[in-house]
Amino acid sequence: MKPFAPIAALCLLAFASASQAADPNLGRNLAATCANCHGTNGNALKGSGMDALAGMEKAKILQKLADYKSGDKPASIMHQISKGYTEAQLDLIAGYFAAQK
Amino acid sequence: MMLMKRRDFLKVGAAAGAMASIYGCAGGGKASGHVVVVGGGYGGATVAKYLRMWSEGGVQVTLIERNPTFISCPISNLVIGGTKTMEDITISYDGLKSKWGVRVVQDDVVAVDAAKKTISLKAGGAMSYDRLVLSPGVDFMFDQIPGLNNADAQSKILHAWKAGAQTVALRKQLESMKDGGTYAIAIPKAPYRCPPGPYERACLVANYFKQSKPKSKVVILDANEDVMSKKGLFTKAWTDLYKGMIEYRNNSEVKDVEVGTNTAVLEFDKFKADVLNVIPPHRAGDIAAKSGIKLINNRWVDINWLSMESTSTPGIHVLGDAVFPAPTMPKSGHMANQHGKLAAAAILNQLAGLEPNPEPVVMNTCYSFVDAKNVIHVSSVHQYDAATKTVQPVKGAGGVSAARNELEGKVAMGWAKNIWADMLT
Repeated sequence: MKPFAPIAALCLLAFASASQAADPNLGRNLAATCANCHGTNGNALKGSGMDALAGMEKAKILQKLADYKSGDKPASIMHQISKGYTEAQLDLIAGYFAAQK
Repeated sequence: MMLMKRRDFLKVGAAAGAMASIYGCAGGGKASGHVVVVGGGYGGATVAKYLRMWSEGGVQVTLIERNPTFISCPISNLVIGGTKTMEDITISYDGLKSKWGVRVVQDDVVAVDAAKKTISLKAGGAMSYDRLVLSPGVDFMFDQIPGLNNADAQSKILHAWKAGAQTVALRKQLESMKDGGTYAIAIPKAPYRCPPGPYERACLVANYFKQSKPKSKVVILDANEDVMSKKGLFTKAWTDLYKGMIEYRNNSEVKDVEVGTNTAVLEFDKFKADVLNVIPPHRAGDIAAKSGIKLINNRWVDINWLSMESTSTPGIHVLGDAVFPAPTMPKSGHMANQHGKLAAAAILNQLAGLEPNPEPVVMNTCYSFVDAKNVIHVSSVHQYDAATKTVQPVKGAGGVSAARNELEGKVAMGWAKNIWADMLT
């Protein structure tokens, strides 16, 4: 059993931190809440009038969201929805979409 | 992302299981196993696709659906109003099969054995699962309206609250109605599927009458004390667009019907219509009760909001309109899609030996047409709250349209196309 001891310790460590740390797929899960309108993984259908967020620069997505939140950018609905997420959640969402193709 | 080939999930699963048992932890384990999904609506189709997509084909998914194609409830009021067709709201399950490798079986599930982890099919035979997802929608409590509690009555007094044959039949009744007639829609006490839906239907039927049968009237018999959704926007549309055509009656619960005369029997009153459209009270789809999982008020499934898993029966997840709603959460197709993703993420964690995501978020968007082009919306965001163990609406977020507008009419159709693709292709 000796060779496995360090692995077991690692497992314990992983568990200990997992109970406090966020889910490793949190960004993916949060971004999926946007997909109903913005398409799976941010690939909105062409011609549907929705912003395709896949591959959009992270800073650009975050700026848009900030403008919706502050009211600087007029919107029909995004000013209401963007306020439902924390800054940390929006950061994860923007990062996830930026990494999509 | 396209799944180019199916993996041998049994082999991968066995290997992952062996690794987990040797090392005593499954922190890096990949999800594998067989998930059976019952019901291919907004919740079931979404969980099926997302399980396949997020596991990169590692998890085998079987979707059991009684209908040959998906027919959308959202947008179906436009078919009743005559500006869209059934073709516009009907989508094949082929995308789930060919693109995502979901095994789609057209059948009915008649029993669930939670101890053995098997389901029985109407056509015969059984199927085993590692995890089961029930997304059965609603069934109607016809026994609450005695005169409607038989097949003949149900073929004459329609609900059209599940899109399909009844949608077409209600449209035909409206087309056959003489000018100067009355259409009455009866709304059950909340909670019911799609809170703004009946008021949208009243608008779209009135829109049809305005153009084709201008002497006709729409009467809303609402069992609730007041308009349940988008009240200010709906009542403004009734006054501005349909003055004198739409009459709203609150506290008007239909207790019974007289089928021969199209009469709704209220507590102290009767109402005779030319076309009577009664939406009976509903409960979780029958398979939920049959499977023996815990229901609240004998109607809605009690679930754990971290995983959408039954509180009484581990391994069975329930989505959509069938669940006992979290505070202010509507029973909507959009919300069922969100439930599907929450459940997919949780199931993949559980199949890999991990805990579900401890901080899930779901959100809702709902567009209602008040005529063929103008739309009003309601939106909300719901975050998990560990103290109350449920998802709570975020204060200050969400809301309704400032006013009805044509721009949102276009957005609503964009929403429909994107959510259908998010579920099915």
